[in-house]
Amino acid sequence: MVQDSDTQTAKRILSEVGAPVIMFDRVQLAFDDRVVLRDLSFTLIKGHTKIILGASGSGKSVTLKILTGLLKADAGVVWVNGQRVDRLSEREMMSVRADLGMIFQEGALFDSLTVRENVGYKLYEETDMPLEDVDRRVEEVLGFIGLTEHIDKMPSELSGGQRRRVAIARAMAFKPSILLYDEATTGLDPITATTVDEEIIKLRDLEGVSSIVVTHQLRDAFYIATHMAERGTHGEVRIVPASPEKAEEAEFIMLKDGVICFEGTAEDLRRSTDPYLKTFLS
Amino acid sequence: MFRLIEDWLKGTALQAQEYVRLTAAAIRCTFTPPLYRHDIVEQLDEIGVGSLTVVLLSGLFTGAALALQSGLTLDQFGARPVVGRLVSATMIKELGPVLTALMLTGRVGSGIAAELGSMVVTDQINALRALGTDPVRKLVVPRVLAGIFMAPILTIMSDFVGIFGAWVVARFTLQVNSGVYWSSVTKALYTQDVWMGLIKPFVFGFLIVTIACHVGLRTTGGTAGVGKSTTVAVVAGSVAVIAADFFVTQLLVSLLY
Repeated sequence: MVQDSDTQTAKRILSEVGAPVIMFDRVQLAFDDRVVLRDLSFTLIKGHTKIILGASGSGKSVTLKILTGLLKADAGVVWVNGQRVDRLSEREMMSVRADLGMIFQEGALFDSLTVRENVGYKLYEETDMPLEDVDRRVEEVLGFIGLTEHIDKMPSELSGGQRRRVAIARAMAFKPSILLYDEATTGLDPITATTVDEEIIKLRDLEGVSSIVVTHQLRDAFYIATHMAERGTHGEVRIVPASPEKAEEAEFIMLKDGVICFEGTAEDLRRSTDPYLKTFLS
Repeated sequence: MFRLIEDWLKGTALQAQEYVRLTAAAIRCTFTPPLYRHDIVEQLDEIGVGSLTVVLLSGLFTGAALALQSGLTLDQFGARPVVGRLVSATMIKELGPVLTALMLTGRVGSGIAAELGSMVVTDQINALRALGTDPVRKLVVPRVLAGIFMAPILTIMSDFVGIFGAWVVARFTLQVNSGVYWSSVTKALYTQDVWMGLIKPFVFGFLIVTIACHVGLRTTGGTAGVGKSTTVAVVAGSVAVIAADFFVTQLLVSLLY
């Protein structure tokens, strides 16, 4: 009964504007003698974007894996959608993951399944949704990212950029309210990377998805933070420079040796005089 | 030196612990929903039908070679006509189950380790978990069930083909009369022998697949790691089959005879 009441309260709080959907509180993690995260704390507000920057090995991807329960933190508290996930078992994490989509480095598409089966994987395998409805949803999502014509191809027949976009489609097919992007544009050419960035922006602004973007591609990080998606008068989607209010909703975190060495907006980052940040940005 | 031995012992203990945990999880998942039936059928086809050619060929030639070898030995005692008795007892109790298991280790064990290993290093296993699927239920349970069910079926087929191969040699090379051969084949068989030949493959099938799944799911180190896992799965699986054969034989001899 108490648990029901807690769940109701959490749901009510999370439905409000400005609610925190993810909270990291003094999270620590080490692999043997190598400390990866030391006292990492941050909050993601509903509908906002958190862009985590940092050099390789600074703990960016590990942060996302802790969020999804793929790794367990050594210490600290992690809240996702009103649930404390740091002490949940693998079985209990399944309900949290139902509202959490993750895009892995290189896409991590299932190479024995077609694009259709990849995108609809969760709906086909883990829900009771009728097959016709799943097919409709898969086509809708692939239409959203512009890959409908590749629906029956195998992942090996797609280009790198197409694979990343299919991975985004797979993560968004079951309509999660939070999406986590792990180096979604790394290794892509600038034009393809921009198409992936635009998908991230569209999902955030048109679907209301809260997102954490892990990257060390500054160009993509700034593009996502400084642009927004809007529908034109005929329903077409346009990517335009973000309004000052919208730009405030994208916040950067710079990780260095497992600690946050900067937190602020794109403008704050550009103006920073910190020598490490200046080196990173140069 | 002491440090190296300590590290090796710790590593081995950890591997054994993780193997037992995976096996226990697979058994638990087999008896609790959800069960991925489509994947089970797929694996039955992959492990069973897919291994048929290699198992039948190895059974046929083993039976034929066994007849040739035992014919030479039996000639020394003037006992060539009982070649069928020797072949059937050897094939059904020992060679059929062990050779089929070794063939399955080479074909199925390596395939499973390589497939799961590739899925680990390309983050597909993590993607499965992130999508709310338990990799043990989705990947391990169907393979274990298929291994347990198909190993005995393949062994029975291998036994029959082996005895047939031996008949060809007995009839056309050793000039043993067909009627004599087939009656000596059945004369030497006791119910206990058949039980032994049927129980062993269940154990071998379980060992081959669980070892391959364990090794595959613990792959590290990119594509080089996948190659290493494949080798380890075949070597560990083969040794486990031969070692288990001794212990299961000892147990069944004390229980059945």
